[in-house]
Amino acid sequence: MTPFGQVPGIASLLLDSTHDIATPEGVELRLPVAGLAARSLAWLIDATIKFLGFIVAAIFLQFLGAAGSGLFLIALFAMLWLYNVLFEVFAGGATPGKKAMGLRVMNSNGTPVGWSGSVIRNLLRAVDALPGCYLLGLLSVYFSARFQRLGDLAAGTIVVHRLPERVTAARDDSEPLPLNVPLAIEEQQALLSFAERAGGINDDRVAELAELLDPVIPGVDAEQLKRHAHWLAGVGR
Amino acid sequence: MKQEAFETRHGETWERYEDCLRALGKRRRRRPRTRSERSADAAGAVVAQEFPALYRQICHHLALTRARRYSAGLEQRLSRLALEGHQHLYRTRFPFVAALLRFFARDFPQAFRRHWRFTLAAHLVFYLPALAMAAGVAFKPDLIYSLIPPADVAGLESMYDPENRRLGRERQADTDLMMFGFYIYNNISIGFQTFAGGLLFGIGSVFYLAFNGLYLGAAATHLTVAGFVETFYTFVIAHGAFELTAIAIFGAAGFKLGYGAIAPGRKRRWQAIRDAALQALPLVYGGTFMLLVAAFVEAFWSSTSWPPAGVKYAVGAVLWVFVYAYLLLLGRHES
Repeated sequence: MTPFGQVPGIASLLLDSTHDIATPEGVELRLPVAGLAARSLAWLIDATIKFLGFIVAAIFLQFLGAAGSGLFLIALFAMLWLYNVLFEVFAGGATPGKKAMGLRVMNSNGTPVGWSGSVIRNLLRAVDALPGCYLLGLLSVYFSARFQRLGDLAAGTIVVHRLPERVTAARDDSEPLPLNVPLAIEEQQALLSFAERAGGINDDRVAELAELLDPVIPGVDAEQLKRHAHWLAGVGR
Repeated sequence: MKQEAFETRHGETWERYEDCLRALGKRRRRRPRTRSERSADAAGAVVAQEFPALYRQICHHLALTRARRYSAGLEQRLSRLALEGHQHLYRTRFPFVAALLRFFARDFPQAFRRHWRFTLAAHLVFYLPALAMAAGVAFKPDLIYSLIPPADVAGLESMYDPENRRLGRERQADTDLMMFGFYIYNNISIGFQTFAGGLLFGIGSVFYLAFNGLYLGAAATHLTVAGFVETFYTFVIAHGAFELTAIAIFGAAGFKLGYGAIAPGRKRRWQAIRDAALQALPLVYGGTFMLLVAAFVEAFWSSTSWPPAGVKYAVGAVLWVFVYAYLLLLGRHES
């Protein structure tokens, strides 16, 4: 086992809960499927938004008397059954809650979710919510390979994490430093990932991560590691 | 090739591709009207020509990145670019207005007939309990209390008691609107639940259909026996054509779904359910629309008391004939 067993690289990709889509162009798209926690929080955010919406609607519509309560019931209906569908179809597969949690719904072949998919998965929510507290939905998410609730399974949709906008951190301009120790492919990748992530985590943690390397490259510090990584990536050539 | 050299060589291509994605995202769906819209659309057309080739290049670069074990950050960036391109290239377009017209002229009535076993079964599961309950209440009036709590029965009675309807006084318009909202919220929710319940091997749909059937039979017979014939039937006959039929249609959609779960045939079970759900969707959309119509009729026509009973019965009869003629006859010759 290499000292880099725990860093993101090929090895950890195998353990990740990704859903792979083979495209006609011959590459696989690897989508990180969203788990229970993220989805529950997204649901909670949406529920809060709907609840606040009800309150605001109630405050304004009470001045309209009976007609107001009619409009309120229509709003209630729309919030219960249409809110998710409309957001998913028109806002890139994400309700505000999902957007806040960085999630989106898509068809399991990787295409954007359309009317049929969204309508089916959201109408069948009524079954997922049975017999209370989304119990059937929870069980289904727990037992299905892609964390799908019953509505997702019947609609052929998945909920995935939005891929990050830009992961590659700007490299600093430190001088590349040749490395005399032969490194395995995974070790090289780990070193590159380390250099990319070093900008986004605090210095103590960077030093701590660098220490893991001691058995492979004795007596190396974080700064040197970054320069080694630059040499590996071919910076400045 | 080292990663840095790779990034330098192709960086421009990736940025050009990102520009394309942004332009495609902004491109208008409707026909351009103003000059600036037209020029934006022309630019979009150029992008649309260039985009597929760029997308294939991105896929190629992603494959190279993986094969050459470049860094995870680069792999993720190209993954995201490839995914967004994939979504643009392979999304299903949906011509809304054309689809809507085709739906009412053809797809909905055809779906009603194509799944005739399920629509027939749903009608039976709805109306047979209604008839049974009607017979039961006719012979043993107390039977109604086994289904409907006494307070609700009293409510029903007061609603249709001719004594409570002062002649010549119309319900206020805002009350009509309130009832309209209530019917939408209540009835369509019931319809959706009837459909969704089908996923539980059809049990949920059977429950909602049979329960509503029993309720209908009990209430109608109770009010008939109580002598509120005219107030009750003149009220329900018109919107009943849409409402009762729609509930049966939602039941049929649920049955279709449940049948996919019970008898997947040669497909995997969830695949069978997915296919069944897609095929049941026209029934769901159609049922929803019928319930909207029903809510409208119920709130703004059924509640009126100025038309003579004969007119109300006649309008109701015409609507019943219309609904079934539409469902059984329209779109027969179009494939």
